[in-house]
Amino acid sequence: MNMRTPLKTARNLGSAKEGADHFWKQRVTGVANLVLGLFLVWLIASLIGADHAAVKAKLANPIIAMALLALVVSGTIHMRLGMQTIIEDYVHGEGAKIVCLMLNTFFACAIALACTFAVMKLSFGA
Amino acid sequence: MADVHSGRGARPDRPLSPHLQIYKPLVNMVMSILHRITGAALYFGSALLAWWLIAAATGPDYFNYVSSWFQTWPGKLIMVGYTWALLHHMTGGVRHFIWDTGRGYDLETIDRMSWGSIAVSLIATAVIWFVVATQQGGL
Repeated sequence: MNMRTPLKTARNLGSAKEGADHFWKQRVTGVANLVLGLFLVWLIASLIGADHAAVKAKLANPIIAMALLALVVSGTIHMRLGMQTIIEDYVHGEGAKIVCLMLNTFFACAIALACTFAVMKLSFGA
Repeated sequence: MADVHSGRGARPDRPLSPHLQIYKPLVNMVMSILHRITGAALYFGSALLAWWLIAAATGPDYFNYVSSWFQTWPGKLIMVGYTWALLHHMTGGVRHFIWDTGRGYDLETIDRMSWGSIAVSLIATAVIWFVVATQQGGL
């Protein structure tokens, strides 16, 4: 026998069964990206035309490396959520939708791993 | 005119609800579409950032090879375009944050914020790359 009230079943969960979780994560990472994105623009602009030694030295700076890692984490979460919305809007077949959503997660993870590995190697590597 | 049925399955012989191309493009609608397009562009553009970071972590030879790609005209165009896409998605995001607080929903404010977001993103992109081009001796 189900003792849960109908309200308990409905609370926090819309049709996607995750409540406002997607919306809220999109906002939190969006605010972070506002700051970190401007940092990225500054970083790239300041390194235009720089040689490898200069780029390596700058990216190995602890503050810059940590800001880059923060951008990578916040940015890949944000872009995965955004692309999820686009897929859910335009891909209607259930099978194709599941495949696209999976590829979306794999792509975001691949970008996150590649960037994180590169930044860490620049900081810790010989 | 043919019979107009109200029953399901029978397609009435009258105009269906119009799709996008029917409407006169309004600035808020164009900015909404641009927000999604720039978001998708930044999504795939993230691979370029990953490529550049991996190149820097790999060594001077591979870094110089990747840099030479970004120094071609298409490469420069992509960098300027990426800057604009990022800044435009940001100004669009700020607009959404304002809307999230429940403010700014009257039509005049929506139009003003829409024109503002495209103006700010274009001007900021121009200023950034003008400074880069003049201060660092070339794009």
